[in-house]
Amino acid sequence: MITKRIIPCLDVRDGRVVKGINFEGLKDVSSPVELAKFYSDCGADELVFYDITASSDGRKLFTDILCETAKSVFIPLTVGGGINTVADFDRVLKCGADKVSVNSGAIRNPNLIYDAAKLYGDQCVVLSVDVKRVDGKFCVFAKGGRENTGMEAIGWIKRCVDSGAGEIVVNSIDTDGVKGGFDLEMLEAVCNVVNVPVIASGGAGNIDHFIQLFKALPKVDAGLAASIFHFGEVKISNLKQEMKKQGIPARV
Amino acid sequence: MVAIVDYGVGNLFSLKSSFAAIGAEIVVTDDANVLKSADRIILPGVGAFGDAAEKLRKTGLDKVLIELAAEGKPLMGICLGMQLLFDKGYEYGEHDGLGLISGNVKPIAEVIPNNLKIPHIGWNELDFKEDCPLFKYLNKGDCVYFVHSFYAADCDQSVIATAEYGAKLTAAARQGNVYGCQFHPEKSGNVGLNILRAFCEI
Repeated sequence: MITKRIIPCLDVRDGRVVKGINFEGLKDVSSPVELAKFYSDCGADELVFYDITASSDGRKLFTDILCETAKSVFIPLTVGGGINTVADFDRVLKCGADKVSVNSGAIRNPNLIYDAAKLYGDQCVVLSVDVKRVDGKFCVFAKGGRENTGMEAIGWIKRCVDSGAGEIVVNSIDTDGVKGGFDLEMLEAVCNVVNVPVIASGGAGNIDHFIQLFKALPKVDAGLAASIFHFGEVKISNLKQEMKKQGIPARV
Repeated sequence: MVAIVDYGVGNLFSLKSSFAAIGAEIVVTDDANVLKSADRIILPGVGAFGDAAEKLRKTGLDKVLIELAAEGKPLMGICLGMQLLFDKGYEYGEHDGLGLISGNVKPIAEVIPNNLKIPHIGWNELDFKEDCPLFKYLNKGDCVYFVHSFYAADCDQSVIATAEYGAKLTAAARQGNVYGCQFHPEKSGNVGLNILRAFCEI
């Protein structure tokens, strides 16, 4: 049985992990390399490195850090943030990324997913989409969730899969940060129209939320979260044990 | 020394890093003489069967690999590199492989229920033959990372590990000194590193 994946997401700026983090036994908690190793040892199935750097110097630092991480952490690495061109794909893949996630870049350039999938294969191209309800409709937001594109989300996701996106990260702006559970309604709407892996993001506050997610929506392949892992509110090893106990396939 | 065959297919960053992590001496090469002097050989690969097989033929590396395998040198193919070891591949037409392991590479869509997603992507449990030297450091229930839409078929004799995905898919195969892993040991954490370590000790 294929196992359900648990994916911590690390925001990286100028070569450091941002957000206050509290870990026992970890000296440098803002070192992406140290944190990636820590998560890998705890049983994380994959890591997402999100580049929130604005400057080109910071971008160079990011790729250096990615290289260093990929040399010592041997689980799949996905990189997102600032991916606007095929050259950006090339830059991070050469540094050890396995998959590349596109968000605003795919909205600005509708050919990006197709071009990248042609070059690197569908499995390499992840569509990350920020979705929020506006007047009862699922709308795609750009620029880190700040700008309503006016596009209807489910149709957009379907078009991206048709162009070659091999995986979808659905981030619900409505549930993000609330810690009240994943947005099951939104995720189900996505699962109904695509046949590629769907990764749920936004809303996880505790272990039960992951259990609910995988039980309610067997078509969801993975759960992604950031702060609850970084702050130690949910320990990945405990989460995996509980999944296994509840009959959800998990790698422990 | 482990030689990783460089024939312009796929990203070798993780593979190089993982051999370095287990302390193996590695060289990435397309030079027949370097391959001949290596103790063991890794054939990597990502992409489509036909393209990759064509690249091996164009560079003449196909003949070198067949010759070295016949001499008894340990050779391991990974992912598409594993598929190339078989007789034929049926991805976008019919293509000849290296014929080092008997069998054919076919779409997983032919054998799995249609409600399952393709590619088979993620961590899956290995059901492996415990007496195979490649798995000497593994424990029952260990998982490895897969990404593939095709699988090795017609090779019952050489299967040394399977993974359950609506059907028992070939996860690893062996014919004599030639080994193949459909999954990515270089992306399978410590379990994967232990498979590479075991290969270095064959």
